[in-house]
Amino acid sequence: MKQIWDFHGGIHPKENKEQSNQDGISDAGIPPRLILPLQQHIGHRAEPVVSVGDKVLKGQLIAKAVGAISVAVHAPTSGSVTAIEDHPVPHASGMTDLCVLIETDGKDSWCERTPCEDYSTLSKDELLSRIRNAGIAGMGGAGFPTAIKLHPPRQDKVNTLILNGAECEPYITSDDRLMRERASEVILGLEIMAYILQPGECLIGVEDNKPEAIAALREAAKETQVEVVTIPTKYPSGGEKQLIKILTGSEVPHGRIPADIGVMCQNVATAAAVYRAIRFGEPLISRVTTMTGDCIANKGNQNVLIGTPIDWLLEQNGYLNQKGSRLVMGGPMMGFTLHDTKLPVVKTTNCLLAATNKELTPPQPAQACIRCGMCSEVCPAELLPQQLYWFAKGQEFEKAEHHNLFDCIECGACSYVCPSTIPLVQYYRYAKGEIKQIKADQEKSNQARERFEFRQERIEREKAEKEAKRKARAEAAAKAQAAKKEAAAAKGTAASSPTEGSTANDKAAAIQAALQRVEAKKQAQTAPEVTLESLQKKLLSAEDKLSKMENAWKDAVENNPERAEKLATAVESSKTNVAKLNAQISEMNKGTGQAGGSEPQAPVGPSIEELQKNVDKAKSKLQLMLDTLEDAKLNHPDRVEKLERAITKNHTRVSHAETALSEATNAKKTTESTESNG
Amino acid sequence: MSIILSAILTLLALAIVFGAILGFAAIKFKVEGNPIVDEIDNLLPQTQCGQCGFPGCRPYAEAIANGEEINKCPPGGEVTIQSLADLLDVEATPLDAEHGEEKGKQVAVIREDECIGCTKCIQACPVDAILGAAKQMHTVIADECTGCDLCVEPCPVDCIDMVLVPEDIKSWTWENPGNQPQIAGNIIATDKAPEVAV
Repeated sequence: MKQIWDFHGGIHPKENKEQSNQDGISDAGIPPRLILPLQQHIGHRAEPVVSVGDKVLKGQLIAKAVGAISVAVHAPTSGSVTAIEDHPVPHASGMTDLCVLIETDGKDSWCERTPCEDYSTLSKDELLSRIRNAGIAGMGGAGFPTAIKLHPPRQDKVNTLILNGAECEPYITSDDRLMRERASEVILGLEIMAYILQPGECLIGVEDNKPEAIAALREAAKETQVEVVTIPTKYPSGGEKQLIKILTGSEVPHGRIPADIGVMCQNVATAAAVYRAIRFGEPLISRVTTMTGDCIANKGNQNVLIGTPIDWLLEQNGYLNQKGSRLVMGGPMMGFTLHDTKLPVVKTTNCLLAATNKELTPPQPAQACIRCGMCSEVCPAELLPQQLYWFAKGQEFEKAEHHNLFDCIECGACSYVCPSTIPLVQYYRYAKGEIKQIKADQEKSNQARERFEFRQERIEREKAEKEAKRKARAEAAAKAQAAKKEAAAAKGTAASSPTEGSTANDKAAAIQAALQRVEAKKQAQTAPEVTLESLQKKLLSAEDKLSKMENAWKDAVENNPERAEKLATAVESSKTNVAKLNAQISEMNKGTGQAGGSEPQAPVGPSIEELQKNVDKAKSKLQLMLDTLEDAKLNHPDRVEKLERAITKNHTRVSHAETALSEATNAKKTTESTESNG
Repeated sequence: MSIILSAILTLLALAIVFGAILGFAAIKFKVEGNPIVDEIDNLLPQTQCGQCGFPGCRPYAEAIANGEEINKCPPGGEVTIQSLADLLDVEATPLDAEHGEEKGKQVAVIREDECIGCTKCIQACPVDAILGAAKQMHTVIADECTGCDLCVEPCPVDCIDMVLVPEDIKSWTWENPGNQPQIAGNIIATDKAPEVAV
């Protein structure tokens, strides 16, 4: 028998589990419409990879994980995407978020899956990537991406892997039923996780109010190293840090994670999901949800597709809407009230509690704190709830933080025992939110200050540079002035004294010689053995390259916008290259034309026939355009404007060509006439 | 007599020794600038909007350190005034309406169809949060914008709007339970607001 420890505080609220744990898990069926929020987890929102109107198959990826901490979303059944839009999601704020809406077709046909008989044939990285691609997030409530949790930094060796089957919160029985009916899946999932992490021991902590689940797990874990540990029933023993304290006796330090002390905690439902993802290649598309509360006729646990609308689910189970009833997602201690039933079930929905006024009495008005200290007696994190309450109420957030407000797990034990019915947890949540807001603001203002200071510095620097340039120019001008004066003076003196004049002449000669040297060097550089042929070859290859690149670019624009940008710059540079070569060649042509006197008829311009052709071409094009314009006026009024613009452009082109032609013919006539005259 | 003399000499020696230590420390551990200015600057919202009449947050921080009023910062609002009052141990005064009103968090948005690419707003932005070039459309980097509205005035075609940053599901935080009327204040349970069935 393994030794277990106790954690500080805790309460024993009425369990209310027998209403829903009597019958087995039934199937909720396929609703006509599914609403899939793209953020059902902690981290970045997933990005949709389907578009409206797409047909999707069961298990098909519809939104991919973006960023380091994110989780993919899959289609829970086959159907078609009807919308990708903001839709109310189950969140304490009651706000909307981006969702993919799917109309189901009832066929429930699977997409292709990659099952794996034996997980030990796969590498750890492969297993992690499969878990990541299956879109599994912690199903206990927080929704932290499982693949990331299973991949702690290398220095943190996980010695103890714990599966959390405590399910301490009243009313909820989804994990209980799951452990009873799918114990082997839980154990196999745990084995896969253990294969990835290689821990020293594997424990499953289950509260002693679930004897059937414990028996089922023990039976399934018979041949394995897994130890099922029975822990006393006390709320909140299912809290991660509390369960670690119970099973290992060690505490997670402030501001750290369990992996820092060599422990990892996973939910039992997550383990089952990991097993299904690896063994059958099934992504996380459904979960077991407890439907309970006196407003529901058929209480029990159901296997619900993620995204199932809650109103449809309630209707299926006989929802009796009563005045003053409350619909809570999660348990009565840590759940939040939903103000709308047109919300979907998400990956973290372990319970839907539709409670009557009698079951969940509305909050009584808060009275003054009488400093009885009961809250600090029950606090599982060993905080001073009363002090935190004063600080939060008085908005002394810094002090609240110093009293370790962020170690509060918001379990609600303090509010439960408070004789003055003060909504303590709400105060802590408020204070936490404010502190986070203040920190974000501070960070933003620091960033703004940095940018502002950088800008000031840049402006100063630019000013200084301008000033320096101005000074340099002034100095150069002054020097030139002085040199001019000196030269004038030298001229003057040269006439009077021949000795000085000779030195000045020497100087001038030296400068002349230096200039000549520079000139010679330049020529040597600019006139290497580039021949016309080599340049033309280069031009050909450059043009070839350019056309290839342009093709690639066009291709990339359609398929790969990131690459397209790079290619665009490459194309640009290639174009300039071609232009440069062209210029060089024309220069060379000129040069040869001038230098080689033996070739008197250097091509001066296009011949008259060519010009005539150009004119004809331009005219025919213009005619074509005018025709299309007529056509466009009748059929495409939106194109008319563009066409008109093009036509005016063409008009100028024609007139240009005509003037060129007439000039050329004139020139020819004059030369002919002069020749005949001669 | 010798006792008095020796006492005086001893005290003199001590005074010289300690004086030397203090003098050395004053040079060695000299504090550059005024540290209180940094602390004040830290509390200001760094919008660099100049609504206080100073060219930026730091100049205003320096002015506060020299005895300027602390209620001239509309973007910071009451929260900044309160924290400045706590830091400087002076009375918190209400915001001086002469310098503007406290508005919510804002961000500048350029109506891009109307932008003519004059770069005037780029030059006006104190935190380089506007991107663009001459004769090209400009746009605001929303994450860097402090909402100072200094770019609105120079725009020749009035295509810049200051919009309030809406609260979304990521920026949402829990409300102060003390502000909820049905919980606070009503001591008698039957005073509660009527329940609404879900």
